[in-house]
Amino acid sequence: MALDRNIAYIDLTTGEVRTEPIPLEWRRKYIGGRGLDAYLLYTHCPPQADPLGPENALLISAGLLVGTMASASARTHIMAKSPLTGILGSANMGGFFAPELRWAGFDHLVIRGQAERPVYLYIHNGEIEIRSAEKLWGSGVYDTQDLIRRELDDPETQVLCIGQAGENLVRFANVMTGRKNAGGRTGMGAVMGAKRLKAVACRGTRSIAIRFPEEALEYNKQIIDQVVSTKVSQIMQRWGTGFIFGVTNTTGLVRCRNFQYNQLPNSEDIECENLDKVSIGLDGCFGCQVHCRHRYIIPEGPYAGTYAQGPEYTSQGAFGAEVGCRSLNTVLVGNHLVNDYGMDTLEVGSMMAWAMELFEKGILTEKDTAGLRLAWGDDEAVIELVRRIAFRRDIGDILAEGPLGAARRIGPQSLPYLIHVKGMSNLHSDERPTPALALNIAVSSRGADHLRGRPAIDLYNLPLPVLERVYRNPDGYTGPLTNSYSEYEGKPRMVQWQELVYMAVDSLGVCKYHTVFLSPNHPQFKEFARLIYLNTGLEFSEREIWDAAERCYTIERLFNLREGMTRKDDWLPDRYFDEPTRLGLPVARGKCIDREKFRAMLDEYYRLHGWDENGVPTPETLERLGIAALKPAA
Amino acid sequence: MGKKILITDPERCTGCRLCEIVCSVKHDGVSNPALARIHVVKWDNEGFYLPMRCQQCREAPCLAVCPKGAIRRDEALDCVRIDYERCIGCKLCVQACPFGAMGWDAERGRVFKCDLCEGDPQCVRFCDMKAVDYVEADRLSCVRMRQAGEQYSALMRRYGRG
Repeated sequence: MALDRNIAYIDLTTGEVRTEPIPLEWRRKYIGGRGLDAYLLYTHCPPQADPLGPENALLISAGLLVGTMASASARTHIMAKSPLTGILGSANMGGFFAPELRWAGFDHLVIRGQAERPVYLYIHNGEIEIRSAEKLWGSGVYDTQDLIRRELDDPETQVLCIGQAGENLVRFANVMTGRKNAGGRTGMGAVMGAKRLKAVACRGTRSIAIRFPEEALEYNKQIIDQVVSTKVSQIMQRWGTGFIFGVTNTTGLVRCRNFQYNQLPNSEDIECENLDKVSIGLDGCFGCQVHCRHRYIIPEGPYAGTYAQGPEYTSQGAFGAEVGCRSLNTVLVGNHLVNDYGMDTLEVGSMMAWAMELFEKGILTEKDTAGLRLAWGDDEAVIELVRRIAFRRDIGDILAEGPLGAARRIGPQSLPYLIHVKGMSNLHSDERPTPALALNIAVSSRGADHLRGRPAIDLYNLPLPVLERVYRNPDGYTGPLTNSYSEYEGKPRMVQWQELVYMAVDSLGVCKYHTVFLSPNHPQFKEFARLIYLNTGLEFSEREIWDAAERCYTIERLFNLREGMTRKDDWLPDRYFDEPTRLGLPVARGKCIDREKFRAMLDEYYRLHGWDENGVPTPETLERLGIAALKPAA
Repeated sequence: MGKKILITDPERCTGCRLCEIVCSVKHDGVSNPALARIHVVKWDNEGFYLPMRCQQCREAPCLAVCPKGAIRRDEALDCVRIDYERCIGCKLCVQACPFGAMGWDAERGRVFKCDLCEGDPQCVRFCDMKAVDYVEADRLSCVRMRQAGEQYSALMRRYGRG
């Protein structure tokens, strides 16, 4: 059944592999996937560990419902202490790896130590083998997967791996699977690289018994209908996530030229409609009917003819608006390169945009860049910079250190231009007109990030009764809610609620496009409870899932506090408060965040989570959540 | 209504493999592509996906090779079926099928194949793209002709009459 998968403890230094069942109590408290990873990281990563040292614990997991009759249950979660931020490292990705891991008999891998020579893991029906990866070292993400499938003589093998960026310890290197499924953000690829773990290959034929198969099959159909009947899913099925760019850019919510403008004018070429010219069809992750990205062929230039997937909304920002480029081909090539090198497209875009602004201000010069002129909108310079970052050449070596590492090397005069929170760059979105979204990136447990708690439906100005239906449950919240995205009141609740619903889906292993992210009508706690019951037989109430999510989010908080994070880290760069937006619709123009109101939002956010005014979980909260044994750092 | 046949269209397939697990859940109550009667064969380096399954052959090699007459045609459903009462588990049919559509369930010690879910194929029901479809055979050619003729007819309408 879905509860009989194991956890494997793997020590790459000694080569020891130990397999244990997952206690039912852990399921009830932490569910699985990201939630259980958070608990395992807290208990297996020693305080103040070197993120790139053998003591860091790397966790790879499949959520509780992965591979079952829960639509889009495709997600792999990866955790470790982050070499980018020094706090929680956490990455979530789709594709086909997680279900294969479960069919091979495992839900969680806890990887410690450091191999002497490059290795990869081969997991096959309960067996775990450590194999040499000497021949794979130096290969990109596409080739690595291909070579492993050839070596194992099995094209059905699913592979999770790093590219050159991970080997070169680029601090925002990704873990990748397939053509573009990215375990992005926080540099989990560098943790693999430091452990000399090139890949994890998986193949399994062990059945996952479904507790109530007939009912689960029918309920899955209902969930799929619920998801694909919404307008936003239908648009995504047709255009991919690229459609978001047109909407946010028109409004004025897109960072352009680092943080100088909030809109990219004349952006027609990189709009999603143009992808039709290069697309050979859409692509779905395991079991998903939303199939939100394209398969495409690069049409021109030195990479013409290359097959890649995407580009997502994030890449339109990274290789478009942020760096002032307007060429679809640049977006297609940049997206392909970061995926093959295995780097975080968001971080790459932000680092490049920051470097370009520094170049414009004269803080960086051609002496620092080995002659490369970092001019806004220079397509060739952008693509060249991607390569230099991946291979750590001259200026690329500095930018590969991530925001704070690079700023240390360039000098303090570069800091005011940096758009980061807790040492991680933000998406290309501009949150100055949207206080709720601004709060989300300031408090996210992995640094500036939209996938931790973004109340994206706040942008729709939905009728209040719709928001009430979503945000009052399942704990009976009675405080304020407002439906204008310019407001501050009631927004902390939206962020807290989204944080917990995302924690829940990440623990179940279901995609965020299958919960309340872009639509208020997508599945949430009520549907999760039914899905868990029909697939596993475990009975959870809506409230119990909420409580488990709160427990796990609090553990992430405890981990960050233990590693030295404080209230002052839950804050935005000064530019959010001091530079009003210049472009966009009237509702987005001339906006910046009000410091006092933002402070009040932060206080309210802490209160909702049961944390004190410094953002430290109170003893009562820890007691209520049953994690009093996990003490916050003194 | 004419008899229906199961068809697949690689141009529509997004490669999600939902068809595989709804198949194994429907037939065996478990999620396991190794037990699915349909499989999406993927050429990941090109992004080409092709769902493969039993073709319900008229001259079925599995039926012809069976020494016990345990495989027969169901004319009503236009389907090749296994009679487990007669099957001795010799697996000759598994080797004979040119499409790999006859499977062997090692755990239960028996062969398995697509039974069209008694006329309501779940792979079709769940495929939002209709990359797997169940259509009336006598209309299929007509539909294909119309699709294939679209480009030609558009050109003719534009330029054909001078």
